[in-house]
Amino acid sequence: MSTFWRVVWIVARKDIAIEARSRELINTTVFFALSCVVVFSVSFVGEGGDGKALGDAAAGILWIAIAFSGTLALGRTFERERYGDTLRALLLAPGSRAAVYVGKLVGIVSLLIATEIVVVPLVALLFQAKLFDHFLLMAALLVLGTVGFASVGTLFAAMLARARSRDVLLPILLYPVTIPVMIAGVRGTSALLALEPQLDMARLWVTLLLAFDVVFVTLSLWTFEALMTE
Amino acid sequence: MRKAAFPLLAIAGVLFMTAPLVIARARYESTMGLVQKIFYFHMPPAMLMLLSAIFCGIVSAMFLVKKRPALDWMAYAAAELTVLYGAMAMVTGPLWARKAWGVWWVWDARLTMSLLMWMVFVSYLLLRRYGGAGSEILAAGLALFGMATAPFVYLSVNIWRTIHPLTSVVPTLPVDFALALWYSFAGFLLMYIALMMLRMSVEQQRAMLDRLYLESDE
Repeated sequence: MSTFWRVVWIVARKDIAIEARSRELINTTVFFALSCVVVFSVSFVGEGGDGKALGDAAAGILWIAIAFSGTLALGRTFERERYGDTLRALLLAPGSRAAVYVGKLVGIVSLLIATEIVVVPLVALLFQAKLFDHFLLMAALLVLGTVGFASVGTLFAAMLARARSRDVLLPILLYPVTIPVMIAGVRGTSALLALEPQLDMARLWVTLLLAFDVVFVTLSLWTFEALMTE
Repeated sequence: MRKAAFPLLAIAGVLFMTAPLVIARARYESTMGLVQKIFYFHMPPAMLMLLSAIFCGIVSAMFLVKKRPALDWMAYAAAELTVLYGAMAMVTGPLWARKAWGVWWVWDARLTMSLLMWMVFVSYLLLRRYGGAGSEILAAGLALFGMATAPFVYLSVNIWRTIHPLTSVVPTLPVDFALALWYSFAGFLLMYIALMMLRMSVEQQRAMLDRLYLESDE
C-alpha cells in the first residue's frame, strides 16, 4: 500500500511541479473560467435590476464555468504528456496503473480547486451571491463535485490521449456521464443561495455527490488498467 | 446467425401486425382514455433501452477481460439498439406527455436521466465512428459508465417526486392491460434479438473483409 501512495505522490508532485514552473494551465484555466462567467452573465442577469442573477443562475454559472474550464484543463494536461511522449513512460514506470491514475487525478483536482479559489469569490462578488454563509457545506459541494467530475474526466482524457479527434470527443463523452454531478452541484449550491437556505436539501445533495464519487472513482480505477494497455 | 434472424423478424412482424387488435381489446384507462394506449408502444422500448444498456455494459466488461471480437460486436450492436430503442421511447413519450401533461417535455428526474443515458450511448457511437484505431476498447470503458446510469434511470421515479408514472404501475396492471403490454413487449423483444443477430453478422463480415483485404495486400 505504501508503494501505491508513493507512486501517487510522485506522479501528482511531477504535475504540480511542472505547473508551478510554467503556470500555463492555471493561467489559461482561470481566465477561461472568468470568460465563461462573463459570457453567461450576459444572458442571466436581469437588465436594470440590482445586478443579481435570475433565479438559480448564479449557481448554474459557477458550475458551468468549472465544468468548461475543467474540460479544457483535462485536455491540456494530457496533450502535454502526449507532446513530450511521456504518457508511455508514465505507463511503463514501475508501480500500478491505478496509482498513476490517482496521481493524475490528484494533480487535476488540485488545479481545479486552485481555479475555484479564484472563481468562487468572483461569482459571489459579481452576482451578490452568498456563497460563504455556509462555508463548510459549500466547500463540501465544490470538492466532491470536482472529484466526481475530474475522476471521470481523468480517465476519459487519458484514454482519448491517443484517439483521433480527441478534442471534440472529450466533452462529448464527458458531459453526458458527468451531468448528474453537475445537477447535484447546482441544486446543492442553489439550495444554499436561496433566500432561506435549505441546509437539509444541501446535505442531501452532498450525500448524493459522495455516492457519485464512490461509483465513478471505483469504476475508473477498475477500467483504467484495461483501457490504457497498448 | 443471419439466417436465424429472419424467422424471428417474421414472428415479430406478425406480433406487430396483430398488436393493434390486442391493444384495442384492452379497456380504456379511466382518466386518460384513448391516449393511454401509447403506453403499449412506450414502455416496451423504454424498458428494452434500459436492459440493452445493462447488457451492453456487461458484454463490454467481458470484452475488456477476454478481448474476444465477438463480444465487441455484441456490445456495439447493443449500443446501437440502445440508441434506437431510446429514440422510440423518446418519440412515443412526448406524444403521450403532450396529451396527458399538456407539454412535450418536462425536466423531471426520469426524463432527464433517460435522456442522459441515451446521450452516453450516442457518444459511444460517435467515439466508435470517429475515435480511430483502438476506439473499441475505449468505447467498452464508456459503456460501463452508461450501464452505471441505468439503475438511476430505473429508480429515479421512486426517489424523486416526478410526474412520470412509478415503476410499481407495471406489476399492478389489470389483466387486459398487462396482456396487451406484454404482447407488444414480446414483439419489441423479438425484433431486438433479430436486429442484434443481423448487426453482429454485419460486423463479423466487416472483420472478415478487413482480414481478406490485409491478406491480399501482402
